[in-house]
Parts: sequence; structure tokens; C-alpha cells
Amino acid sequence: MELQTLTYLVVGASFVLYIAIAFLTQARNTGEFYVAGGHVHPVINGMATAADWMSAASFISMAGLIAFLGYDGSVYLMGWTGGYVLLALLLAPYLRKFGKFTVPEFIGERYESRTARVVAVLCLIVISFTYIAGQMRGVGIVFSRFLNVDISVGLLIGMGIVFFYGVLGGMKGITYTQVAQYCVLIFAYTVPAIFISLQVTDIAIPQLAFGSTIADGSEFLLTRLDRVVTDLGFAAYTVGTKSRVDIFAITMALMIGTAGLPHVIVRFFTVPRVRDARVSAGWALLFIALLYTTAPAVGALARLNLTETIQTGPVGAADGNLVYEDRPEWFRTWEETGLLRFKDKNGDGRIQYYNDRNLEFADRAASHGWEGNELSVDNDIIVLANPEIAGLPDWVIALIAAGGIAAALSTAAGLLLVISAAVSHDLLKGVFARGISDRNELMAGRISAAVAILLAGYLGYNPPGFVAQVVALAFGLAASSLFPVILMGIFSFRMNRQGAIAGMLCGLGFTLGYIIYFKGLFIGPFTENVAENWFLGISPEGIGTIGALLNFAVALGVCAVTAPPSAEVRALVERIRVP
Amino acid sequence: MKERSYWQDNLRVVGVCLAIWFTVSFGFGILWVDVLNQIQIGGFQLGFWFAQQGSIYVFVALIFFYAWRMSSIDKHHAPSTDESRIGGDD
Repeated sequence: MELQTLTYLVVGASFVLYIAIAFLTQARNTGEFYVAGGHVHPVINGMATAADWMSAASFISMAGLIAFLGYDGSVYLMGWTGGYVLLALLLAPYLRKFGKFTVPEFIGERYESRTARVVAVLCLIVISFTYIAGQMRGVGIVFSRFLNVDISVGLLIGMGIVFFYGVLGGMKGITYTQVAQYCVLIFAYTVPAIFISLQVTDIAIPQLAFGSTIADGSEFLLTRLDRVVTDLGFAAYTVGTKSRVDIFAITMALMIGTAGLPHVIVRFFTVPRVRDARVSAGWALLFIALLYTTAPAVGALARLNLTETIQTGPVGAADGNLVYEDRPEWFRTWEETGLLRFKDKNGDGRIQYYNDRNLEFADRAASHGWEGNELSVDNDIIVLANPEIAGLPDWVIALIAAGGIAAALSTAAGLLLVISAAVSHDLLKGVFARGISDRNELMAGRISAAVAILLAGYLGYNPPGFVAQVVALAFGLAASSLFPVILMGIFSFRMNRQGAIAGMLCGLGFTLGYIIYFKGLFIGPFTENVAENWFLGISPEGIGTIGALLNFAVALGVCAVTAPPSAEVRALVERIRVP
Repeated sequence: MKERSYWQDNLRVVGVCLAIWFTVSFGFGILWVDVLNQIQIGGFQLGFWFAQQGSIYVFVALIFFYAWRMSSIDKHHAPSTDESRIGGDD
């Protein structure tokens, strides 16, 4: 069977599965629409959380990112998993005990303030939309690369599927679809990883292959990788180039940002009891860790594979580089997509792939007759082209397409739901139409989910120029606005409305300002985004850490000079602290 | 008074877990990575392994440990911890 047909079949089958689940799990009231009635088994919720959390970026881009960053890529691995420890220990059990539907609802009641609730809704909507734009883009890209359809058609199909189970089923539909999507994506991710590990090292488990010797037994994979890449002027794989303080700040910002992301927090509202929320976080991280510990192994194996495919002999030898006309089949395929690009700068018909920005290496390169790096490689190719590089059968390639779409759709659906809940529950029922009936609120939730899907599709088709910045933005905002106020709301009796609002606004303003100052967003950037200009040597990706500290400091300061909260708030805090 | 001692037990477990969380990631994986990289286990330099593998395994174990420890504290302080409500009470 043709690869194209097979891919259509596999992706189509996964869609039929999602739609069937949507039919079986329609939401009948707001409780089911917002939190699946609170009846989700902790293991099931863990699996759904894992799919919710792992986005197109985790599935498609992360291994490639790590492959080219080496040790520096650890910030994503530790940052995006360590946040679950904070979530499980500091937020999830207490918010579950609170027993309502949304994160802004907690902030509003804890701080006795509709202003605080509305500020929280605004943070939530900005965070969620920046995130969704990337997901929808991911859906479109997978469609156009694997199924050969236009990005806009891919987007429309993706929107249609999410519309179906998100709007009909609400949280209930999304939960069970996410479970199916997790199974699809983890299978699609690990199968090629196992084959690549076997080919390079003779060991089937990627996590072990990562630390073992290569197949001919001559040396360790990582030792060889360090040598091969430094020979070409790149930084050693296991060392990296970012400063220690920046690594620290980025990891911290990603961790507290993860713990503050509303679409993740809200998943823990769906389990029956407080202790289910605790153990469910463990299951979620276990399911996430399956992919997150495989990704760095895939990154290292693929980087070695790629480098040695190009650099076939000793560096500098006349016949040490791959002749362009002899390039392998997958190379040709991915050239067509533009993810691999070759330009024969010195006209020798061979491919030179090296670090031409390393000034110390420049003399050596010149002595070999090299006139600049001739190959540009997109991060995404590491996962997408993996099966072809490993020479795997077509059905595995088809599976990668289905896995990428599953990862993007599951995250998009989770985000859409928190947006619709924020609009129908927090803004309408909470502030503007307090007398609204349950039925009308459910309808409002469905309508706002539908509108959010349309808007997300538009953002995916016309990605604003700042899509590359959104990761820093979404995590920075979650870290500096939501996480501190929720944490203080649980662990402090004394924290009051004035402190919380001042803290949120200062943290948010500072982080947003810093990111705009260096990276630009509608306006700016105002200065060059280089380490010399950064505050304390911290990049915009890591500034959420400082934003969160500022939030805490301002909140504690303001709270100390204003009146303590009421007795009701004290009782509320007492109540959520006990399961 | 019973409540307060439950809360203190809770804080102690959380404190211990967070100390381990910080040590394996920010400590072993970032601050002391160079020192740990002197130690080679199999093909891994130890600091690099903690940054890309080890810290994640510890995180998973930590959450399950916390969940297990808290349910025994729950039982110790209040024999019947029961389901809490879902949904609004207004």
C-alpha cells in the first residue's frame, strides 16, 4: 500500500475513535461540562493529564531541540516535569478540596474580590490563547507534511474534530478522548525510538541505550557524540553553553509556570477525592516521564546518526564528507519539505555540516577548503524523519502523523475548555449574569468553546509574528501571576485582597514588560536580546522566576500594611487544608 | 487542636519532599553538575544523567511517596476522610 494511503487510513481511524468517544460521553450538565462530574478515576485522569500536557511541541519539537542544545536542553526536561511535584504537593489537593469548577473562582472567593477573579481570567485567557495558536499550527503542519493537504484544510479538519468532542462532551468528552490520544501518541513515539536504539547500540530500551556503548562496542554513545560534534566546532553535547544562572532561572520559571497553568490544574478537579488528586498527579507524571525520558535519548541518537551520515570520514579528509548526489532517500524526502536545506557554498559537491559561528574553528575550516556551513536542519526533523532514517516500515511513519495530531488536538481541547469555562462560569455567572440558570450556562459554555475554536483556528492560520515567543510568554505569565497567588491563598491565612491583586499585577507587568523589551510583542523590541543586556544574566525565557519573586514580595509587603481578610476567608482556608 | 497538628505533619512531609526535589534537579542537575560529571557511571556522566534522566525518575517517585505518606497521615488524624462536594454551593 502507498505510504500516503496508509497515513490517511491510520489518521482517519484515530479520528473515528475520537468521534465515537464523543458520542458516548456527552455532557448533560455544567458539572459534567466543566469537571466531568468529578467521577474520573485517578489513573484515567493521570493519562488524560499527560495528553493534555504534552503538546505538539513536546511530541514534534522537543527531542530535536535537545539534540541541538545538548545539556542546555535539560531545562525543558526538568522544567516541564518538576512542575508536577509543585502541583501535587502545593496546589492540587487543596484546590480539589475547594471543590469548585475553575481557578479564577478560587482566586475570587479566597480574596473576596471580583476584581481579582477578573484579573485571573485575563491572565488565563492570554496564557491559553498563546498556547493554542501553537497547537493549531502544529495540526496544520502535520497535515500538510504527511497528508499533502493545504495547511488551511488541515486546520479546518482539526477544528472540526475538536469542535465535535469539546463542544458536545465538555470535560467529560475531552477526558476520555485524551486517554485515547495518549495511547496513540506514546505508542507512536516509543516504537521508532526503540528501533533507533537497537540500530545504534543493540539495546532496545532508549533510556539505557542513551548510556551504553554503540553497536561496534568501541566507545560510549555520549563519549563518541561529544567527540564527533566538538571535532566540527560545536559545543560538547554533555556540557552546553548557557550560563548557570540562566539555566537555573529558566528551569525554575518552567516549573512554576507548569504548576500555574490553568488547563493542567483544572484536570485535578475531575477526580472524586483529595487523595485521588495526589496520586493522580503521580500517574500523570509517570505517563509524561515515559516520553520525557525517551526524548533525550532520541535526541542524542539522532544527532549522532545525522552527524555521521554527513561526516562519513575524518574531518578535513578530501573524501570525509557525504557526496550530495549520493544522499540517502530520506534526505531527499525532507529536502522537499524545506526542513533540510543544502547549499554548496564551496562548490565541491560534498556536504559540509559544521559550526561556522565558532571563530576558533574558522581557521581549521578554511584550511579544509570549507566556506561555511552548507546544511540547515530544522529541529522538528529529529522526530518526524526518525522512522525513515531508521528504515522503519511505512505504518510507523503513518503512526507518527497520527501521534503528532493526537498530541496537538488533546492539548488544544484542554485549553479550549478552560477558556470556555472562564467565560461562561467566571465572567458570565460570576460577574455579569449572576442569575443564569444551569442550562443556559451550559449553552453559554458550548458557545464560548465554539467561538474559542474559531479564534484558535484563525490564530493557527495567521500566526501572529510572536508565535516563537509564546512559550516564554505563557510560562512566564503563569509563573509570575497565577502560581504565587494560589500558593499564598492556601498557605497563608493573612494574605488579603490588596496584596494578591498588587502582587499579580506587579509580577505580570514586570514579566510582560521584560519579554516585550527584549523580544517585542506588537511593539519593540527595544534592545538586542543578548546576555550582556539581560537583568542578572537572565534571559526572557527565565524571567518568570524573577516575576514570581516580585509577586511574592509585593504581595507580602502590601498585605502587611492593610487589613487582614474576614473570618469567612479564614474558615475557607481552614476547610481546604483538611481533606 | 487536632487540625493544627495534621497541618504540621503535612508541612513536614511537603518540606522533606521539596528539599529532595530541589537537590536532584537544581542541585545535582545544575549547581553541582560539574562536580558530579567527574563521576562516570556506564556511559553517563552523573551530573548530565541527573539533568536529563535521574531528576525525572526521582520526581515520579516523590509524588507517589507523598501521596502514600499523606494517606497514612489522613488515616492517623481522621479515620473517615470522605468525599467532598463537587460544584457550586450557591
